[in-house]
Amino acid sequence: MHNKTIAQIAKDLENKVYSSVEITQHFLKRIEEQDKTLNSFITVTAENALQEAKNADNLRAKGEASVWTGIPMAHKDIFCTDGVLTSCGSKMLSNFVAPYDATVVSNFKQAGAVSLGKTNMDEFAMGSSNETSYFGAVKNPWDTSRVPGGSSGGSAAAVAGRLTPGATASDTGGSIRQPAALCGVTGLKPTYGLVSRWGMIAYASSLDQGGPIAQTAEDCAMMLNVMASFDTKDSTSIERPKQDYTASLNNSIAGKTIGLPKEYFSKDLDPAMAAAVRAAVSEFEKMGCKVKEISLPNTHLAIPAYYVVAPAECSANLSRMDGVRFGHRCENPKDLEDLYKRSRAEGFGKEVQRRIMVGAYALSAGFYDAYYVKAQKIRRLIKNDFVAAFKDVDIIMGPVTPSPAFKIGENTSDPIAMYLEDIFTIALNLAGLPGMSVPAGMVNGLPVGLQLIGNYWDEAQMLNIAHQFQLATDWHKQAPAGV
Amino acid sequence: MEWEVVIGLEIHAQLATKSKIFSGSSTAFGAEPNTQASAVDLGLPGVLPVFNEEALRMAVKFGLAIDAHIGKRSVFDRKNYFYPDLPKGYQITQLHEPIVGLGHVDIVLDDGSTKRINITRAHLEEDAGKSLHEDFQGMTGIDLNRAGTPLLEIVSEPEIRSAKEAAAYFRKIHGIMTYLGICDGDLSQGSMRCDCNVSLRPKGQEKFGTRTEIKNVNSFKFVEKAIEAEIARQMDILEDGGRIIQETRLYDANKDETRSMRSKEVANDYRYFPDPDLLPVVIDDSYIDAVRNTLPELPDQKKQRFMDEQGLSAYDATVLSATRPMADYFESAAKICGDFKLAANWVMGELSAALNKSGELGIENSPVNATQLGQILLRIKDNTISAGGAKKVFQAIWDGEGSDVDGLIDSLGLKQVSDTSAIEAIVDDILNKNTAQVEQYVNAEPDKRGKMTGFFVGQIMKASKGTANPAVVNEILKSKLDAKIGG
Repeated sequence: MHNKTIAQIAKDLENKVYSSVEITQHFLKRIEEQDKTLNSFITVTAENALQEAKNADNLRAKGEASVWTGIPMAHKDIFCTDGVLTSCGSKMLSNFVAPYDATVVSNFKQAGAVSLGKTNMDEFAMGSSNETSYFGAVKNPWDTSRVPGGSSGGSAAAVAGRLTPGATASDTGGSIRQPAALCGVTGLKPTYGLVSRWGMIAYASSLDQGGPIAQTAEDCAMMLNVMASFDTKDSTSIERPKQDYTASLNNSIAGKTIGLPKEYFSKDLDPAMAAAVRAAVSEFEKMGCKVKEISLPNTHLAIPAYYVVAPAECSANLSRMDGVRFGHRCENPKDLEDLYKRSRAEGFGKEVQRRIMVGAYALSAGFYDAYYVKAQKIRRLIKNDFVAAFKDVDIIMGPVTPSPAFKIGENTSDPIAMYLEDIFTIALNLAGLPGMSVPAGMVNGLPVGLQLIGNYWDEAQMLNIAHQFQLATDWHKQAPAGV
Repeated sequence: MEWEVVIGLEIHAQLATKSKIFSGSSTAFGAEPNTQASAVDLGLPGVLPVFNEEALRMAVKFGLAIDAHIGKRSVFDRKNYFYPDLPKGYQITQLHEPIVGLGHVDIVLDDGSTKRINITRAHLEEDAGKSLHEDFQGMTGIDLNRAGTPLLEIVSEPEIRSAKEAAAYFRKIHGIMTYLGICDGDLSQGSMRCDCNVSLRPKGQEKFGTRTEIKNVNSFKFVEKAIEAEIARQMDILEDGGRIIQETRLYDANKDETRSMRSKEVANDYRYFPDPDLLPVVIDDSYIDAVRNTLPELPDQKKQRFMDEQGLSAYDATVLSATRPMADYFESAAKICGDFKLAANWVMGELSAALNKSGELGIENSPVNATQLGQILLRIKDNTISAGGAKKVFQAIWDGEGSDVDGLIDSLGLKQVSDTSAIEAIVDDILNKNTAQVEQYVNAEPDKRGKMTGFFVGQIMKASKGTANPAVVNEILKSKLDAKIGG
């Protein structure tokens, strides 16, 4: 039952194969049994979930159900949930019960979905391994000695471990696509502005974007239908006609042109990974797609630019965590300065502190032009690369990560090595483009992700292409041993 | 040595929007602490600012009123610093691309001449909350009701040369803001606060001296006094060969002196950068023109009109146009009675005296409203009552004895008798009863007679219980007395 996709569960509920309470109980039981090992959830809201499931079954009995009524899912702990702990993976917010719902959360509530709980994540979404969480590292269901990726590692591991059919996630530099790749599930990072950021605790405001992680492209389309909404509470949300992302999944993709950026097949990429990606691309050729080599010449500037812009924004975004109104406060502060210093030193983990300090430095007088302003210029160059490339191609493909899931602890002492994990994903965030990770092979028994990069607002076509790939292959159906 | 005073003012004016600049919370003053603070104002994790367009409209209005360059693209920046009443750890403000660029106002100096003060810029920003240090047993309370109230910070060029000029400039800005209806102008509630940058330099020297900043001065009087005190303090130091330390100071009105606010002045690095949660504000000419079309007549224009069209003196026109409540009151009273000069005399005379005497009353809550005063004056104009009767009606309304002007004229029996036959009868009666005085009058030197008519007028008015029209009385009396001389 737990291998079922969201689309299948929707059908089963409609056909009364089982009730929402039954499927919800099933997943809650799986979480109880499996999550001691995986640690993919920070909070499980079993009681709430069963109540929501009951309500959903009642609605269905009255004939008032819609597609999402009664489908269980989970939220990354970055999304504020009214009355539920919203920790963002940090000690700083380990006592923060949000008094309101993020727009993404309220969208799912309104759609009738059942929330199982809140998934684990790197602290404040800063990390690529889920090792920076105050609530402990998340294990990769394919090999529990390995990382699930991050920062949405809890969401990806929970879907891969079949503890939930789908989970919300967020992506600032690759935080949906990288863990989806390492866990062998499907994840989508939308165009910046498609999904409201209201209630999604900010890491780097100009890069953050919420999106879905699920088993399949079809499920991601179903989740995106709920998540994407114009929101007057988010000034960066963009008003567009409401779209049904499932509508075009079955369109033919014959004749589409795929661009392969030569910079993505560099020496940084594990040859076995490169082979898996090329094999996936040849599947598309079989479906009548054309392949074209393209160049994104400023690719090498993405990581340096990102590690100026993101820390700069986070250094201000995290200033509100000051121990004054909510969150962790140190014991017996001597004075105001002591309150600030100790609350923040105790409340934030090392990686968060590192990025705050890097960001504050990059913004400081005398360095602002050399770092922040320059990084913003690089963003434009990177965006221009993509705009030029999309004149000739319909979609861009490449690897998601340089290698499969690494061992827990392997990169923790070397931040640069950890930052390079996102070398192929970060450019999209800087440009604001949508991207996906789709399971596309195995290397050493570990999943490999194929990255799809779409043009602005082209999620529907990207999902269509991913869905067609999943009709032709079964990588996305493979599950970790014992699942 | 002869010193030149250099002053620049930064005025923070709270814009009179209904809701805050980046949230939907109310901006009303005086509510219970933290009852007007939403999740956005509290800076909770996950919240986002949404710009209140009403604040934009008001800022553009101000910009147009001071003939300033309007920024068609303005950008909100984050100014980073930690303080308990600054919930997000940064203030959203505008650094490099403000909504209002270079503009100017003219102030009137004591000698009647005008001086132009240039305004460098005016930018939008959010107000902070308040730290409350009393009543918390050594701890500090935070009230975030004010957090997020829209402010327009108006920065003058350092072209002000005396404390008096500074106060005149502050008044001028206050007048413009209240005329435009974009600030309630209530200084006692902190609706406008002024930071005064003051420095001295030897006369003739081009380079500015080291300045100090007097923070948060909130009355016209205190701006003048605080700057006077600071000038005196700096001059003492400089005359003794000392050096001024660049610092922030506070004015203590009780001691009439400024004192250092922060002893260890560390240059703060605010790490400004554009707020990624807010898009640049882009407006076009049609937006600006639409706002321009809503501009009311401004003090300078009104003053000119009072002089040109109504023949008021420069002094009267200045006083009557200085604030919007004054101008509104005056104009509506004047329009009702149709005589601007008469209205000017009454507003600046009887009404101002009564308001002054009351101490705390402003013209906008005068017990005699503009309509009532206009009607009283109209009744003078149409000879229904005398000036004396008008004062009685005015006083009666002021004292709360009634509100209907014509009703009071009736009930107080103030209606003038202008009917010549009735007045003639009274005049004849008085002249018959006072033959001795008539005799004296007739026998007096012609140039002494004028004074003597007062007696008869008094008697006649008394007999008519004050209702006889004095002009008619005078006319009839004079002709009757003249007839007696002739006869």
